[in-house]
Parts: sequence; C-alpha cells; structure tokens
Amino acid sequence: MELTANHASNAFPTMLSEEMLEEAEQSKTLATARKTVGTPFVDTPRMTCRDIQVFYGDKQAINKMSIDVASNEVLAMIGPSGCGKSTFLRCLNRMNDTVLSCRVTGEVKLDGTDIYHPSVDVVPLRARVGMVFQKPNPFPKSIYDNIAYGPKIHGLTKNKDELDEIIETSLIRAGLWDEVKDRLQDPGTGLSGGQQQRLCIARTIAVSPEVILMDEPCSALDPIATARVEELIAELRTQFSIVIVTHSMQQAARVSQRTAYFHLGDLIEVGATEKVFTNPLHQLTEDYITGRFG
Amino acid sequence: MFSYITPCVLLLSIAAYYLGTRRANSIAAASGGMKELHSLPTHYGVFTAICSAAPALIIFALWIFFEDKIISVLVTRSLPADLQQLSANELTLVLNEVKNIAYGGFGAGHSGEAVQAAAKTYNLLSEFASNLVAGLVIVACIVPGCIAYKKITKDLRARNIVETTGMAFLICCSGVAILTTLGIVLSVLFEAIRFFQSVPLTDFIFGLDWSPQTAMRVDQAGSSGAFGAVPVFAGTLLIAVIAMMVAIPIGLLSAIYLSEYASPTFRTWAKPILEILAGIPTVVYGFFAALTVAPLIRDLGSATGFTVSSESALAAGLVMGIMIIPFVSSLSDDVIHAVPQSMRDGSFGLGATHFETIRYVVIPAALPGIVGSILLAVSRAIGETMIVVMAAGLSANLSFNPLSAVTTVTVQIVTLLVGDQEFDSPKTLAAFALGLLLFVFTLLLNVIALRVVRKYREQYE
Ligand SMILES: Nc1ncnc2c1ncn2[C@@H]1O[C@H](COP(=O)(O)OP(=O)(O)OP(=O)(O)O)[C@@H](O)[C@H]1O
Ligand SMILES: [Mg+2]
Repeated sequence: MELTANHASNAFPTMLSEEMLEEAEQSKTLATARKTVGTPFVDTPRMTCRDIQVFYGDKQAINKMSIDVASNEVLAMIGPSGCGKSTFLRCLNRMNDTVLSCRVTGEVKLDGTDIYHPSVDVVPLRARVGMVFQKPNPFPKSIYDNIAYGPKIHGLTKNKDELDEIIETSLIRAGLWDEVKDRLQDPGTGLSGGQQQRLCIARTIAVSPEVILMDEPCSALDPIATARVEELIAELRTQFSIVIVTHSMQQAARVSQRTAYFHLGDLIEVGATEKVFTNPLHQLTEDYITGRFG
Repeated sequence: MFSYITPCVLLLSIAAYYLGTRRANSIAAASGGMKELHSLPTHYGVFTAICSAAPALIIFALWIFFEDKIISVLVTRSLPADLQQLSANELTLVLNEVKNIAYGGFGAGHSGEAVQAAAKTYNLLSEFASNLVAGLVIVACIVPGCIAYKKITKDLRARNIVETTGMAFLICCSGVAILTTLGIVLSVLFEAIRFFQSVPLTDFIFGLDWSPQTAMRVDQAGSSGAFGAVPVFAGTLLIAVIAMMVAIPIGLLSAIYLSEYASPTFRTWAKPILEILAGIPTVVYGFFAALTVAPLIRDLGSATGFTVSSESALAAGLVMGIMIIPFVSSLSDDVIHAVPQSMRDGSFGLGATHFETIRYVVIPAALPGIVGSILLAVSRAIGETMIVVMAAGLSANLSFNPLSAVTTVTVQIVTLLVGDQEFDSPKTLAAFALGLLLFVFTLLLNVIALRVVRKYREQYE
C-alpha cells in the first residue's frame, strides 16, 4: 500500500520533521504478514531471545518472538494495550515464574547462558536483571527501608554509612531526593503515585542491575520528573542495557536506540528507533505510529 | 397469640410492599418514565412495608414485655382484701399459685376459693387482652400502611427514608450487643465489689495463698479461707504460655507453608482438615490430655529422672496448644494470602529469595492480622476450662514448674460455683472477683497487643 501525504500528516507530530515525512512518502509496499520484520538481531547481544512463547493456562499471550538486546542500548517496546509487552518483559528475568498458570517456552540467554536452564538460579539472575513494575509497588516500609532492602539482602554494604550513601545516590538519580530527604522514615506507601514510581526506580537501581527492565516507568510522572528519569536512562545506558515499555512514542523516540512494535502477541517490527518512526516496514507499525490503530 | 399475629403482620407487609411498588410503577408510567420518580419503585414498596410493619411490631413487642406485669397488677386488685394485705414476698407466692392454676396446673393442692377465683380472672383477662392486642396490631398494621400508600408521590424521598430506617435498625442491633456486654461487666463488677467488702482488694491481688474454704454455717468449724489470686493467675499464665509455645510456631509455620508454598489444591484440602481441630469438643481434648498425654509425660519424666505429678501443667498446655493451632493457622493463612502479589513481585524482582520475601515483606505486611489471630488463640487458651480440669488438677500451687499440678482461673470459678453454695458467702463471690480480674487482664493484653501492632504495622493499600 502506498503511503500518501494525507496519511503522513496524521503522523506523530513533534518528532517528525518535514524531510522525514518526505522520506517516508517514498516508501515501497509495506509488509503485512505476521512475521517480524526489520533488524531484531544485533552483533553484540547482551540478551538473546529465540522463539519465545508464553501461555496463560491455555491462552497464548506471546507467539514465537525472537529478539536481541544489545549492550549499552535502550530498547523501547511499544504497542497497543494487552499486546503482551509486560508479559514479554517479565520473561527476561523470569518474573513469570511467580504466575502459576504461566508457561514459557523458547530460549532466553543472558551473556550466553540460558536463563531458563534448570541449573540456573533465578535469585542472582533477578539481581542482575532488575525490574521496575508497571504498577508502583513500594513495600509497606519506610522510604529508607524500601531502598535499603535490596542492598541489605545482597550484602552490598559493609556499614550504615555506605548504605546511606547508596540510598542517597539512588534517590538523587531517580529524581526523588529533594522531595523525600527530610522524611526518609515515613512509609513509602504514603507517597503520591508518581513519587512511588520513582521510589521503585530508585529501589531497582540501588542493587546495580546490569540489565534494567522498565514497564511504563513514567506513566504517572509529570514532565519534569519524566525528564529526570529519561536523563537517568541515558546515564545508565553508558554501562548497562535497558528495555523500556512505553505508551509515549515521544518518549520512545527520545530515549531509545531501537524500537520494537508488538501487536496482539506478535512481534511485528524491530529496528532503529528513527527508522521505525519515520519509515516503518510493516503496515501495522505504520498504522500504529500514525495513530490509525485502535 | 404468636402463632397467628406474626404471620399476619408478615403477610400484610408483603402486601404493602407489593402495593407500594405497584403504585410507584403506575405513578412513573403516568408521569413519563422511571426517571421522574425520586427513588426506585422497590424503595416505595419497602417504604410502605416498613410503615405498616414497624408500628405493629413495636406494639406487639411492648405487649410481650409488659403483659405479665399488667395482668398481675389487675389480678392483685381483684384479690380479696385480706390477701392484698400480705407482704410483697408472700403476694408473689400467691400470684405464682394463681398462675400455676391458670395455666392448667394443680397448684399446691390446698389453695383457697379466692385463689381459684383469681385464676379464673387471670385466664379471662389474658384471653381478653390477647384479642385486644391482636386487633390493635392488625389496625396498627393496616392504618399506617394505607397512609403510607396514599403518601406515595413521585417526589417522596422513599430511598432516604428506607436507608435511614435501615441504619437505625443496624444501630439498634449493635446497641443490643454493646448493652449486653456492658450489663455483664457491670453485674460482675457489682458482685466483685461485694466480695471486696469482705476480703480486701490488696489481699486478693497480691495474696500468695489460695484456699477458698470458708465455713458454710456460722456454727461450723472451718478455716476462714485465703483468697490470694496470684497462684491461680500464675497457673493460668503458665498453661497459656505452654499452649502458645505449641500453637504459635506450629500454627504460624503451617500458615506460611499453606499460603506461600503449598499448591492451591493442597491448600483447599488441608485447610478444612486443620480447621476440624477447632471443632473437636474440648472435653475430648481433656480426656486425651488426662489419659494419654499426662501418663506419657509422667513415664518420660520417671525414665529421665524427673518427678512429674500425674496431673501436670505441661500435659494440659500441650493439648491446649494443639487445640488452638487452627485459630492461629487458619486466620494467619488468610491474612498472609491477602498480601498483594505485587509486594512479593517487588521483592522477587530485586533478587530476594522466597524465604527473604516472606521474612521481610510478607510477614511484616500481614503482622496485624497475625497478631489478631494469636490474640484470639490466647483468649481461647485463657478461657479454656475442660482440658485443665481434667489434666492439670485443682490444686492451687504457686509454681512455674511445668511438671507440677496447677490450676487456672476458669477452673477455680467452676469449682467455686458448682455444688450447693450460699450466694453471698465470700467463697461464691470470689468467683466474680476472679472473673473481673480475668476480664481486666485479657483487656490489658488486647490493648498492649494493639499498641504493639500499631507501632510495627506496615500497611499496604
Ligand atoms: N496473570 C495473567 N493471567 C492470565 N492472563 C494474563 C495475565 N497477565 C496478562 N495476561 C494476558 O496476556 C495478554 C498480554 O498482557 P500484558 O500485560 O503483557 O499486556 P501489555 O502489553 O503489557 O498491556 P498494557 O500496555 O496494557 O500494559 C493480555 O491479553 C492479558 O489478558
Ligand atoms: Mg503492561
């Protein structure tokens, strides 16, 4: 199907400059089959996923997905609600193990080791692959204890000063320090929704994971806090890999190097962010980013 | 009279409900749709039903309450003058006689003409009165019902009236519960005060000797009795502590296993089975303790060189602990299960083990409920009587040795009150004092536990 100027004018307004739109106009026929198009694989992968399928009971939530997560990259996952982004993300640190009805098949490797291999211990895996959940879930403890929890159970600090320092830097990096520095002993559940979200981010980075999975980390944040978290993501990328689920395409465009588009349990398209947003290869991707889906 | 008034009122109010609903519906239809009505048609129906049933039931209840008194007064008036001159006590006797004959009994056999006549009056009066009241109730049912029916308009705030009435009813119910409790506490308190008039409070609370044997008759030779409550409370505490040492670890750990590790199918089977323990009558536990556990402990003791009395606090405590396991395990399992999965996910996501998650996240979040279940179990342990009577004995030894025979507050209350007693001897009144002290004690325990929970509680949304 040809892309007309008409369609393109619907496109995502802030990120796409005029030249980009023209470039998009020149595109050829778009793919329509339910097969991943683009560049799901990279040369220096941190994590590799092959033929991942996830079932909740008899219901299939994810259908044969294969994708790599490169070192020092931010991979954004976009797609309509219920398409399986969170489910896929939870496969990467085996959080789906905690859902009784959930069954995962396929292969996920972290630095070449299959994380679903029976010999792999899931506890250190989750310390290496940290996760920020879609719904903020602070522990019903004080703000201080919320962040101290991870370092304490992993024995990361030798004394209270070191712990205090970790807590302060984590909160500063998550952009929450100024708001809570005077009430670290207050319960974390007493914070606002957006503050709780940043508390959970701070809690996750306090254990210095190597891969960080973020499930809509900015869904309840104002633009300033969002900017702070995006800065944090850029900063973390210099050492680690980050996979972020977001419903904001501006955000995906701002923070990520590669973008993956999910559609009803299928991985439709993976490619360099700029390319996915300006010159998508698949009809469904194109429909979604131009706002014609759902 | 009950037999036909209650169904009558019921039928009438059902009819009122039906008519009220129908009238509301027709008003709605006439004025252009359900939206025009202030409330739903069923609200109008319930409103009419309440208006017809409530006055009738109130009259009926008042009658039941005052029937006896009114008729008695009337019958007394009709008695001959010489009988009316009798003292209040004797008059009551006469009245009882009258009632006995009126109800078809034979009285004391030698009752005089006057009493026979009074019995006839009694019968006549009560028959007349019940017919009168039945009529009144029916009228009180129909008239307000009709008025309410007429009052139904589309602007009548039937919903508000119905909901206010519902709330008033709820308040009455809780009022009954509170007043009953208050009544019990007050009556115990007054009896206890009478006891403290003969035995000083300090002797009771700090006395170390409990032997409540007083002379039954003035001329009887006997000890004056010692009412020191300390040994009795020490026994209660000792047994409760032993029971909790059994019940808390076993109950809590099995709750953790059931809610965190067990498969759902196992949980649905195991939980009811565990709860059966709570349904076994305590007297069964009692002879299990007396016939099986106590001899076992005694044999073990003699084999290892301890002297164990055949009735021991240990046997009673152990069996009591087993009895209260389900209180701890079942309730704790529920509260642990209610901790949101997202809490656990948060912990797992940081690389915590299952055990760390339970220890640092789940248990603290469930703590208030767990403490609640333990408190309930403690109350059961303190209030338990049967097992102690059978397995721990009756002798009030001031001892914290679990191998000796001890006694508890509840057991002492029972032994003080069974058998022929004078109801104003200190021996009998001591039971009330013990009850009061026990009440204060458990109340304090609850207050302290609530304080502790509030301090350490971790509240999830
Ligand atoms: N615990 C579960 N049990 C059963 N089905 C589930 C469970 N979790 C998710 N699903 C199903 O799996 C599918 C994918 O859900 P998922 O949460 O991954 O969507 P999502 O892409 O993250 O959506 P959103 O953008 O709304 O967060 C949905 O159809 C959902 O109903
Ligand atoms: Mg999701």
